[in-house]
Amino acid sequence: MNALMKPKQFPLPSSLQVVPGTERAQAAYPYYTQFSAADDQRFWFYNSMHFPEPMSAFDMVTAEAAYCALGAVNTRVHCLPTTLGIDHRIINGRVYIGGNSVTDPGEIAARLEEFKKRAFYYYENWERLYDQWRAKMLKLIEDAQSLPKPELPELEPLANVHAGRGVASNHILLDTYQKTLEGYFRMWHHHFEFLLLGYGAYMTFFEFCKKAFPEITDQTIARMVAGFDAEIFRPDDELRRLARCAVQLGVDKSFQEHATVAEIIASLEQKGEAGREWLEELATSRNPWFNINVGDGFYHYHRAWNDDLSMPFASLSAYVGRLKSGESLHRPIEKLQAERRQLIEDYRELLATDDDRAAYDQMITLAHRVFPYVEGHKFYCEHWYTNLFFNKIREFGGLLAAHGFFNDAEDVFQLTHYELESAIIDLMNAWSTGSKPRGPEHWPPLVAERRAALAVWTKHSTAPALGAVPDVIDDPAIVMLWGITRESLDRWLSADSGPNKDEIRGVAACRGVAEGTARIITTVDQMSRLKKGDILVCQITNPTWAPIFDKIAGAVSDIGGSMSHAAIVAREYGLPAVVGTGNGTTRIKDGQRIRVDGGRGVVTILH
Amino acid sequence: MSTAAAASSPFCTSPAVCSALVGWFGDIRLADRLEVGGKGGSLGELKRAGIDVPPGFVLKTAAFERFMEALESESPVRQRVESLQADDLEGITALSAQLRARFVATPLPADVADVIAVAVAELGKGAAQSSVAVRSSATTEDAADASFAGLQDTYLWVKSQQVQERVRSCWGSLYSVESMSYRRKRDFEEKNVAMAVVVQTMVDARTAGVMFTRSPLTGDRSVMTIEGSWGLGSAVVGGEVTPDRWVVGKITGEISVREISAKLIRHAAAAGGGIETVPVPEDLQRVACMSDDEIQHLRALGRQVERHYGRSQDIEWAVERGSEKILLLQSRPETVWSAKESAPVGRAVPDPVSHVLSIFGGRR
Repeated sequence: MNALMKPKQFPLPSSLQVVPGTERAQAAYPYYTQFSAADDQRFWFYNSMHFPEPMSAFDMVTAEAAYCALGAVNTRVHCLPTTLGIDHRIINGRVYIGGNSVTDPGEIAARLEEFKKRAFYYYENWERLYDQWRAKMLKLIEDAQSLPKPELPELEPLANVHAGRGVASNHILLDTYQKTLEGYFRMWHHHFEFLLLGYGAYMTFFEFCKKAFPEITDQTIARMVAGFDAEIFRPDDELRRLARCAVQLGVDKSFQEHATVAEIIASLEQKGEAGREWLEELATSRNPWFNINVGDGFYHYHRAWNDDLSMPFASLSAYVGRLKSGESLHRPIEKLQAERRQLIEDYRELLATDDDRAAYDQMITLAHRVFPYVEGHKFYCEHWYTNLFFNKIREFGGLLAAHGFFNDAEDVFQLTHYELESAIIDLMNAWSTGSKPRGPEHWPPLVAERRAALAVWTKHSTAPALGAVPDVIDDPAIVMLWGITRESLDRWLSADSGPNKDEIRGVAACRGVAEGTARIITTVDQMSRLKKGDILVCQITNPTWAPIFDKIAGAVSDIGGSMSHAAIVAREYGLPAVVGTGNGTTRIKDGQRIRVDGGRGVVTILH
Repeated sequence: MSTAAAASSPFCTSPAVCSALVGWFGDIRLADRLEVGGKGGSLGELKRAGIDVPPGFVLKTAAFERFMEALESESPVRQRVESLQADDLEGITALSAQLRARFVATPLPADVADVIAVAVAELGKGAAQSSVAVRSSATTEDAADASFAGLQDTYLWVKSQQVQERVRSCWGSLYSVESMSYRRKRDFEEKNVAMAVVVQTMVDARTAGVMFTRSPLTGDRSVMTIEGSWGLGSAVVGGEVTPDRWVVGKITGEISVREISAKLIRHAAAAGGGIETVPVPEDLQRVACMSDDEIQHLRALGRQVERHYGRSQDIEWAVERGSEKILLLQSRPETVWSAKESAPVGRAVPDPVSHVLSIFGGRR
């Protein structure tokens, strides 16, 4: 009778419907990612933070490889006392995840002893292990770069024959594909090698601050910990450098605001020595710093600057303009560092006791030691390596398209990684037997069906969570990586019945209030629609978007926390920003007038 | 001090006598608390710290004592208060009525009256405003002033010719039911209880309110909480209006809470002296009564005062209409959170790494 008395619960997984007409596309995802009856007993939430859009069959490898590695590290490498890994399920292209917590006190105690032997060793030897990590990661990148381009010659090249290689080119295809896939899974192990421990040290300091200063904002704590020289800032720094070069070399006139990349490069090529010199500087910056995606690296269509120069060139033109208007593009690292030191010192002074100050010193020291990894790994993992990986798969797409499997190389991303291997083997077989491959009859209708399903799924919203709400969320991974707490779940449950339908809540990322016209930007090429004073509404931003930040009045994103890059860049520009709204891009309509309150984390639609 | 001497001769012909009874803000400080009361001492202290306060002086406790001597010589006052039981509300109420009537009926000693007249005239010279605030500044050797100080009266928009009468009312408020009950409950020695009176130029406040240099809700030292409303601060302090409220990072200046409420009324100067409640025009009711810049300015003042005293403060402030200057009207130590024993949130551990167990070790 009384609605308030009803136990709060999200819909059960079994009550979720595959959108009619997309059943076959849904069935393409591996059997172990399909919801089962037993899953009704568990709590799941939609990972809109990493996977805000339906995932194509191939892109799902990112979820699989990531959870495989995350779980291995938590469960069996560092032995986190209260949590094992994270399971994932897929429905309508959406990724739901559920933590596996450890609740038995005896087991927690036993795992705690292991944790001390393992994780503590990492903390104690952090610098050495992190140096080692960088070397491992660079080696992995080098290996990926040295994989051959997948090709099938009409006849085996004579050189291979005379060299007595004994392995024909069709076999190299399989070898390359398996190495590509293996490398990606390996990369994700590296990704998680330090991540949870890094976040954990940060969260330790964070929680201490929240206890000592109950009303301190998340972003203030973030400012005390965040660095300024992480690799993830390098791409943007390189753009600033290239803009300065252009002015110094006197070729800045080539960077007209609406010029295309081809026009700019043609104009530079006509500038003789100076133009050539600038293009050489560009080449230096591109490798490796243009290996940065315009997204977070989880979708094959988040292309890197290196593959689509329009984004960095748009920013370059803006930077050149700013330089010419007398602005210095120098990021005052030393000044920022001094400000950070002062902030830490000022808060320290406010602590009530000497005991507190001693604990504070220990915790901030540990956070500073480990945090460079949290900031730095992204460039190597989510950007550089992921870009190499998707591009290698794209090459297979090109080869398969050339043999009639697909209409377009991009269709390759509509196959799961298992299916892709089967298609490659189909092609290998056909090449060896001299028969026609079966793929050209098999794949095009499936690809069309899956593309259609993705388009349908995109239009369907999905429940933020499934199953009964746990009493407590005591899983540090879930709390740290997704910011999910009992309170946030209660907020989701009451979202529809909220008093103000025009209010959207997210994470307070950068203080200040801004009002302006909302511009929903989902792809890079839409950025030219932004006018001065508009408010950017997007799914995610990353450091590559920085140059537009001085044009806009505020920013709203669907995903991200107070430590996300959107938040960090927004703070650097002093731009009111709310991140992690979950569904800002669907609830806000393009052209609406909105207010962003970045201090409270609230966006209001003003109409 | 002999009663006979106190009753005679015009005193303020001599500057020495004048300074025995009156202290200008520039000349007094918190250490003079027993002579000028907590409120008076704090205003002197603020002025010394370089903070803008409305100009004024304190009629010291010596003046009160002179008046008391006159009263005591007629019939006892302090002895009768001390003879009351703390729970004898009836007796306290009856004595309060009697004593307050005597304070109103008994004229000021002539020398005290002269000193007040001279000082009020001096204060009026070149002041934007001839009206003054007459504020109790009680003091006692028995306890910190903070809680006790709030029990006595304050009069706003007092015209110069009414000052003497209001001084006696302030003194009389020391014998209000609340004040006497408070002292009896805590068993104060009456001879140690005295009252100075602050007289200062009235601020024609566009906006006024209070500021705590730590959170009243959580005790957080890293934030300031500011509440303000249109007009005089008395509407905020008296709880007659729901003020606008800001929470500001003490160090960062970040405004984390900005609640703009419907401010339906304000306190303003009444034509015949005193204050009146008037409606706030509709178009101003939901408008923030302070700009963000003013909030930042106030934050800076709060930090300055807090640093000066070395402890959290509870501050009253006003923005002067016209000059738009922010003036502080009072600052006293915060008492609620400061009184609590603050247990450390954390301690240093031999192996700093083990702090992470607060995250990874389970919360049970």
